[in-house]
Amino acid sequence: MARIELSDLAHSYLSRPRDEEDYALKTIDLAWDDGGAYALLGASGCGKSTLLNIISGLLVPTRGKVLFDGTDMTEAPTSARNIAQVFQFPVVYDTMSVRDNLAFPLRNRRMEADYIRERVAKVSRMIGMEDQLARKARGLTADEKQKISLGRGMVREDVNAILFDEPLTVIDPHMKWELRTQLRQLHDEFGHTMIYVTHDQTEAMTFADKVVVMHDGRVVQLGTPDELFERPGHTFVGYFIGSPGMNLLDAEIDGSNAIVAGHVIPLAGHYAKPDGRTKIGIRPEFVSFTDKGGIPVNVTRVEDVGRHRIVRAELAGTPLNAVLLEQAPMLADTSHVIFPPEQIGVFVDDWRVEPQSGGAA
Amino acid sequence: MEKTRNNRAWFMVLPVLALVAFSAVIPLMTVVNYAFNDTFGNNVFFWVGVEWFEEVLGSDRMWDALQRQLIFSAAVLAIEVPLGIAVALAMPKKGIWASVCLVLMALPLLIPWNVVGTIWQVFTRIDIGLLGSTLHQLGIDFNIGQNAGAAWATVIMMDVWHWTSLVVLLAYAGLQAIPDAYYQAAKIDQAGRWAVFRYVELPKLKGVLLIAILLRFMDSFMIYTEPFVVTGGGPGSTTTFLSIDLVKMALGQFDLGPAAAFSIMYFLVILLISWIFYTIMMNLDRQERPR
Amino acid sequence: MTTVAGTDLRAAPAVRSRATDNPQLRRLVSYIVLIGYLLFLLVPIYWLINMSFKDNVEILNQLTLLPAEPTTGNYAEILTDPTWYMGYVHSLTYVVMNTVISLCVALPAAYAFSRYSFVGDKHLFFWLLTNRMAPPAVFVLPFFQLYSSIGLFDTHIAVALAHCLFNIPLAVWILEGFMRGVPKEIDETAYIDGYSWGRFFVRIFMPLISSGIGVAAFFCFMFSWVDLLLSRTLTSTEVKTIGVAMTRTSSATGLDYGTLAAAGVLTIIPGALVIWFVRNYIAKGFALGRV
Repeated sequence: MARIELSDLAHSYLSRPRDEEDYALKTIDLAWDDGGAYALLGASGCGKSTLLNIISGLLVPTRGKVLFDGTDMTEAPTSARNIAQVFQFPVVYDTMSVRDNLAFPLRNRRMEADYIRERVAKVSRMIGMEDQLARKARGLTADEKQKISLGRGMVREDVNAILFDEPLTVIDPHMKWELRTQLRQLHDEFGHTMIYVTHDQTEAMTFADKVVVMHDGRVVQLGTPDELFERPGHTFVGYFIGSPGMNLLDAEIDGSNAIVAGHVIPLAGHYAKPDGRTKIGIRPEFVSFTDKGGIPVNVTRVEDVGRHRIVRAELAGTPLNAVLLEQAPMLADTSHVIFPPEQIGVFVDDWRVEPQSGGAA
Repeated sequence: MEKTRNNRAWFMVLPVLALVAFSAVIPLMTVVNYAFNDTFGNNVFFWVGVEWFEEVLGSDRMWDALQRQLIFSAAVLAIEVPLGIAVALAMPKKGIWASVCLVLMALPLLIPWNVVGTIWQVFTRIDIGLLGSTLHQLGIDFNIGQNAGAAWATVIMMDVWHWTSLVVLLAYAGLQAIPDAYYQAAKIDQAGRWAVFRYVELPKLKGVLLIAILLRFMDSFMIYTEPFVVTGGGPGSTTTFLSIDLVKMALGQFDLGPAAAFSIMYFLVILLISWIFYTIMMNLDRQERPR
Repeated sequence: MTTVAGTDLRAAPAVRSRATDNPQLRRLVSYIVLIGYLLFLLVPIYWLINMSFKDNVEILNQLTLLPAEPTTGNYAEILTDPTWYMGYVHSLTYVVMNTVISLCVALPAAYAFSRYSFVGDKHLFFWLLTNRMAPPAVFVLPFFQLYSSIGLFDTHIAVALAHCLFNIPLAVWILEGFMRGVPKEIDETAYIDGYSWGRFFVRIFMPLISSGIGVAAFFCFMFSWVDLLLSRTLTSTEVKTIGVAMTRTSSATGLDYGTLAAAGVLTIIPGALVIWFVRNYIAKGFALGRV
């Protein structure tokens, strides 16, 4: 087990990358603590899988270093890293039985037969396939195969980390929840470092202690699920996490006020005059409607989604969402909203800025 | 894919049916006709039953040819299949060199068979051939016209030269179809090269290898032109394979009845052995089941 | 459930790197296999080309790796003598005829097999494939008689039709594989958009499987071009194919190796050109070999 550090990492799939656009990973500086449960969250094509393959040694990065407990492993082959990885689509060895599949990584490491038997028995119990050990892997269903892939990942006790590359894509929804919970339990029990790649925020939030959000080849934020929700460090995080995502409004910042389409919105602190494109962001959960004062919006639609309602509105042409409890009163076409100052984030060129003074929430 | 039931689709198949019937059914019927009849010319036939079959089965000639044929087919399969797989594994996966290799390897497949024979005939002649004269100078008797061993070695080498590329191309296509994830998973599981071949590549190649073996078996069993050009079936009749013998019988000696009976049995043997191959390969799966 | 007794993880043996896992060694072995095989393929061809630029005196009297006095006389002889160069024209004529016929009838049939189920479809398909297994030697005599009796003996069309015996089943098989890969919804959408079947097939469907048509055409060309047995049986004086010209010339003059080699080299060229055009489809075409 090891602490894994990525230092000044960049990767391009082209042999001679010219500008930044050619890089799948731009600049990554990141450390994974030993025994952490991480989620790597981001939209498709943001570089998550590339990052994973660099950690496991399937790819050698164009630039930068991969350190395991301070030892440079950048060029080391996969076999020297002792990392387990589970891929998006199940990979099983068709001609082998379930038992042989699970034993395969151990046999390749020339472990003793007794030890292998013990581990296989244990892992098969974890994934709930102890009855099918003698079966051929070929005839299994996709989710059974993926369970075997998971099992192969966990059969080695001494792995430095287990990487999951969207492992539950092919699994039935009810099984997904169960397997994710099991993974979480396994983590708590054995303390392996686990890195779980997903584009599904719920999966990330329920699995991980720490979530790493990636966007366009960069890490935009590392934080606990709560931090990501309450204090997104980048507009992408605000917009990507939460359902619906954070409302982002073009604004001008004037001291401790923001001006949006001529309306003055008080902020929780004093901000320096920023250079660049400024936006304010507020979660739909914190937008509330009021009878007097506030900013006028046009309500276009109200969606009832069970326990709460989502109000779709427009503020001077920009869409604005609000989440209301079910018992809240019906709204007129034109209503007024207020934003609690302590819940407003200020973003300059998409990155969050903190106030110079004043009581932040 | 779910198929629509539609008997009018027969009309689309009709042209194929008509053409193949013309070039297969009518000739086959002629063959069957000859096999059971005798003639003194002028298209007058009389029924002789299975007499021709008895004659062919009773003579050593066909059995000898069949034996030579089986040894030949077994030898070329035993060389070409492993060699083809090895070359396919050694080939670059992509890029210009992959294309160059493919084009060079496909070359022997597109050379007319008599030219293949000519190439090897001149290549192995002890007076003007590079291989033949080199071996001759090394003191090895490599006279195809007199030495049966040399004739056999040449015929087998020629077939390997001519057809291994087919196995290579099939195996290469099969290897290309294996998703990267399998190799990555094997790396993660720390599998060695042999384990990757045994548990990842070989199982995925089973389908194409079945086809390669079937094609190579059928074609080597039907081989005619190349040995005909190189050895003419000799020295003596040591390289007279079934097809050569059959053509000798039919066109050379005009023994229509025995030749026809011979043809029918020849065809049936190929069908039978192909079917056995196919069934064995298909059943391999079930037998492989763990204890 | 903390630690398994007696199996301390860190005491587990470290991974040993075996010789086969050495990437450099593995690459070296690959290169040796690949280069060895390519040399094996190319040296006999090189020898043929080498001979084709020598005159007969040099061929017979000394063994040289490069022509001492390079001459194009052998090629000049072939290109000026109609009995030689017409051989190429005749061969190409029936090869092209066969390719066109095979594709024209195989396309609708393959469509029917890939889209519809109809009475006897499986049996029909299997029967077609068995024709691929029939030894051409079996058909030599009946073909000779059949085409003589209907007055087609010694014509291009006779050879083209005879080659349909093995090319049509192959074309149907390859095309069916490609067509199965095209979703049926495309057909249905086209019909809803008001396309007639014929217009849909030519305007939409054929472009979609163009690579399949290319691959099928390649194989038809190849098998028709390389055959000697049937073309020799079905032609005599009017349509003297290149293969026949070569075998007859070599036996008649006996020692004219220079011209024979040059003729051989010229037969390789059409094949090489065809491979170059389909090089990107070769692997794909073979990948269809699924059972």
